[in-house]
Amino acid sequence: MDSLTETSNNALLDEGRRVMQICNACRYCEGFCAVFPAMEKRFDFTSGDLKYLANLCHDCRECYYSCQYSPPHEFQLNVPKTFAAIRQQTYREYAWPSFMVSLFSNSKRALLISTFIFPVFFILASLLLVGPDALFTAYSDADGSFYRIVSHTMLVWGFGSAGIFAVIAMLVGGYRFWQETTAEKSAVFDLRAVVRALHDAMRLRYLGGASGEGCAYPEEQASNLRRRFHHLTFYGFMLCFAATSVATVYHYLFDLPAPYAFFSLPVQLGFFGGIMLLVGPLGLLYLKRIRDPEPADTLQTGMDITFLVLLLATSITGLLLLFLRETGMMGIMLVIHLGLVMGLFITMPYGKFVHGIYRLSALVKNAKEEGV
Amino acid sequence: MIQPGKLYDVLVIGGGNAGLCAAITAREAGASVLILESAPVHFRGGNSRHVRNLRCVHDGPEDVLLGSYPLSEYWDDLVQVTGGKTNESLAKMMLQESAHCRNWMRHHGARFQPALGGTLQLSRTNAFFLGGGKSLLNAYYRSAEKLGIDIEYDAEVTDLEIVNSQFRSATVKRNTQTEQIKARVLITSSGGFQANIDWLKEAWGEAAENFIIRGTPYDNGRILRLLMDAGMSTISDVSQCHAVAVHADSPRFDGGIATRVDCVSLGIVVNRHAVRFYDEGEDFWPKRYAIWGRLIAQQPDQIAYAIIDAKSAGSYLPPVFPPVQADSVAELAVKLSLDPATLDHTLHSYNAAVQPGNFDLTLLDNCHTDGLVPCKSHWARKLDTPPYRAYPLRPGITFTYLGVAVNDKAQVLQNGVPTANIYAAGEIMAGNILGKGYLAGIGMTIGTVFGRIAGREAVRGLTH
Ligand SMILES: Cc1cc2nc3c(=O)[nH]c(=O)nc-3n(C[C@H](O)[C@H](O)[C@H](O)COP(=O)(O)OP(=O)(O)OC[C@H]3O[C@@H](n4cnc5c(N)ncnc54)[C@H](O)[C@@H]3O)c2cc1C
Ligand code: SF4
Ligand code: SF4
Repeated sequence: MDSLTETSNNALLDEGRRVMQICNACRYCEGFCAVFPAMEKRFDFTSGDLKYLANLCHDCRECYYSCQYSPPHEFQLNVPKTFAAIRQQTYREYAWPSFMVSLFSNSKRALLISTFIFPVFFILASLLLVGPDALFTAYSDADGSFYRIVSHTMLVWGFGSAGIFAVIAMLVGGYRFWQETTAEKSAVFDLRAVVRALHDAMRLRYLGGASGEGCAYPEEQASNLRRRFHHLTFYGFMLCFAATSVATVYHYLFDLPAPYAFFSLPVQLGFFGGIMLLVGPLGLLYLKRIRDPEPADTLQTGMDITFLVLLLATSITGLLLLFLRETGMMGIMLVIHLGLVMGLFITMPYGKFVHGIYRLSALVKNAKEEGV
Repeated sequence: MIQPGKLYDVLVIGGGNAGLCAAITAREAGASVLILESAPVHFRGGNSRHVRNLRCVHDGPEDVLLGSYPLSEYWDDLVQVTGGKTNESLAKMMLQESAHCRNWMRHHGARFQPALGGTLQLSRTNAFFLGGGKSLLNAYYRSAEKLGIDIEYDAEVTDLEIVNSQFRSATVKRNTQTEQIKARVLITSSGGFQANIDWLKEAWGEAAENFIIRGTPYDNGRILRLLMDAGMSTISDVSQCHAVAVHADSPRFDGGIATRVDCVSLGIVVNRHAVRFYDEGEDFWPKRYAIWGRLIAQQPDQIAYAIIDAKSAGSYLPPVFPPVQADSVAELAVKLSLDPATLDHTLHSYNAAVQPGNFDLTLLDNCHTDGLVPCKSHWARKLDTPPYRAYPLRPGITFTYLGVAVNDKAQVLQNGVPTANIYAAGEIMAGNILGKGYLAGIGMTIGTVFGRIAGREAVRGLTH
C-alpha cells in the first residue's frame, strides 16, 4: 500500500505502536534525531505519544536506510513512512473547522481551489467591479496603479480577515494537538523550552543530520540540499511577509501609499523574498521528484506538492507583477496574484503549512522533556 | 557485477564486515577484487548488519570512547571469558591492531555515535555505530563501489577447487546457473554455520529444531565445510557458540537485536512444566545473558517463561512484543498453557523463600531466597503485585565458533602449515580468538582486524 493514511486511524496508530515497540527494543537509531531518545522515555505508547513522536520526526530517512528490519524483512519496518501517515492524520484531525477539513482533505481539490478557483473568482469579480477596460489599462506608478484595481480598504479588510481566520484556525489546531499529546496538563508556555525549540526550528537543526552532514534525502547518501531549499522557502516566505508588513507601516504611519520604487525597502524585501520563494519550492519539488519513494507516504506527498505549487504560483505571479507593473498586464496579474494569496491564506490551516505549528509544538514539548 | 572470464586477483566470499574490510584493503593495495555474496542486496551484510558496536583498545579518551581501555585489560577480559581458550599471540596482535582501526573505518564512511543513554555503560570499551551495523555496511558498500570493486549479490559459492592446498576456482550459483570464477587469491569471510540447523544438531540434537537464529539465514557454513573437506585445520568445536535468551515469537532467522528480553533477573523463569531451573539473580544481566541461551536449550521443548510483576515495570528494556499479561497467577498459567497448580506452587514456594532486603539493581544486592532450590541470589522480590507479565523465551544463536585455523597473516592452515593463497577473516575463524565465551563487541574486532590483514597479505602474496 502506498499510503498508510488510507488505513483507518486506529489501525494506523496500532501500526505506529508496533513500529515503536520494535524500535524501542532495538534503539540503534538513537543518535539520529530527537525521536528515539523521546521514545526511550516511554514503555507504552498512547495515541498522543505517537502523534508527538510523529511530529518530532523530520523525515530525514536515516533510520529507514539503517534499519535491518526495513522491507523485505518480515517486520516491514518503515518509520518515516509510518510517521508521515500519522502526521497527515494529525493535520486533519486537529484542523478547525471540520467542514473546511473535508473540503480540503483531498489535495487535488485543494490545489484546484487555491490555484484556480480563487484566481478565476477574483478575475470575474474585478471584471464586474472595475470592468475590462480599467483592468487592462497601463497605469504609471504615479497613478497609484494597484489601487486603481482594488482599493486599499478592500485589501486590508479582505486579506486582514482571511489572515486572522487562518491564524485562529491554526492556533485552534495547535492547541488541540498540545492537549492530546500532553497528558499532564503542564503549562504550554515554558519560555526556555520555547526559545530552544524556536532556535532549533529556525536553524532547521535536525535537517542537518547528526553532525551537519544533512539528511538521507533525496537518497541514502546524506545531503544538505533539502535543508538549503527549505531555508530558502521559509525565509523567502518571511521576507515577502515582511515586505507587506513594512508597506502597511509605510501606509499608515508615514502616509506613504504603494506603489514603491524598486529600490525601496518593501520592494527589495518582496523581490528577494520572491526569488527565494521561487528557488526554494522549485528545489523541494525537484528533490521530491527524484527521491526514493519507499520511505514516503503518497497522501502526504500530495499535500506537500499542493503547498509547494501554491507557493511557487504566488511567488511567480508576485515577481511578474513587479515587472509588469507599468504595463497593461498589471491589472490581471494583480488580480491573479491576489487570488492566489487568498487561496494560500484560506487553505493554509488545512495544508502542509501547519507542519510548522505541530513540529514546533513537538519541539517545545521535547525541549521540556529534555529539561533544557 | 562479475566480469565474465576475468581472472581476478582476489576473490572474497561473503560480504559482511570481514569481507568488506578485506576487499577494500586489497583493492586499495591495487588488486582487482570480486565479492560474491549469497544474499540479495536488501539482506547483504550477513550478521554484520545486526551489530551495534566494536570493542577496541585505547589509552585515553578518544572521540566517542570514554576513559581508557588498555591492551592489558582487554587481554585479561578475553582470558577470563574464554578460560584461556585463545591463541595468545594472535589475540594480542589483534588487540594491538584494534587501537588503529577506527580512523580507517571512518575514512570509509563509518559513523560513530557519541555516548548516549542506552550505550553509556559500554562507552569505555566499545565504540557504537551511528544507526548500527546496517548503516556501517551501507557505507562500506558505497566505498567499495566507488573503489571499483565488483560485487555480485544472489551469488552463493557452492564449491571450491583446491588442488595441493592451492585455491584455483570457485563455483558460484546464480539463479539456476552455475559459473566458474577464477582468482589468484581467495579470502573466505562467509561467517559461521549457525543458520545450518542440521549442522547445529551435531552438537545439540533435535533441540536445534527449536533454536532461533538471531542473524542472517545465509551463514550456512558451506564454505567452512568445503575448507574442512579440503583438509584445512579447524579450531574450537562444534558445540561452541554465543547463545542468548530471545523472545520465543521472534522470526526464525534475522530477528536481530530487538528480540532480546532482559527482565530475567527481575523475576523468575520457569520451564514448560512451570518449574524454575536456574538462579535468575546469579550475577548482573550483562554478565549472564549469554548463558541463558544454553540453559533454555536444555529445557523440555527449549522454551521458558520469564515472569515478573507490576513492581518491575519500567526497570527493563521494553521487549519487541507485548507481554502476556494477567491479573492472577492462575489466569497467567492458562494464557501460557502452563499447569496452573504447578505454577501457583512454584510462585508460592519462591515467595515464601524470599528474604527481606534492600532491592537495588545497580548492586549485587542482598535480596535473596533461603532454602529454595535453585536459589535466587540477588534481586529476589516477592511476585505478588498484579498485573503479572510473562515473556516466552527460546535459545537464540548469535554465531558459532568452530572455524578454520589461521596464522597472523590470516592465512588458513593445513596441518599447521599456511596455505599459499587461502585466507580467512571474521566468524569463519573466530574460534582462533574465542575458543568459548564472549565479550560484547569482539566479533567486530575480529572481523575488522583480520579482514584488513587478509586484504593486505593477500595482495602481498600476489607480488611474490
Ligand atoms: C543480533 C546480533 C548482534 C550482534 N552484535 C554485535 C555487536 O554489537 N558487536 C560485535 O562485535 N558483534 C556483534 N555480533 C556478532 C557479529 O555479527 C559477527 O561477529 C560479525 O558480524 C561477523 O562478521 P563476518 O563478516 O565474519 O560475517 P557476516 O557478517 O555474517 O558475513 C558473512 C557473509 O557471507 C555470506 N555468505 C555465507 N556463505 C556464503 C557463500 N557460500 N557464498 C557467498 N556468500 C556467502 C553471507 O550472506 C554473509 O553476508 C552480533 C551478532 C548478531 C546476530
Ligand atoms: S528504525 Fe530499525 S534500526 Fe532504527 S531503531 Fe527502529 S528498529 Fe532499530
Ligand atoms: S526519519 Fe529521521 S527524523 Fe524521522 S524518525 Fe527516522 S531518523 Fe528520526
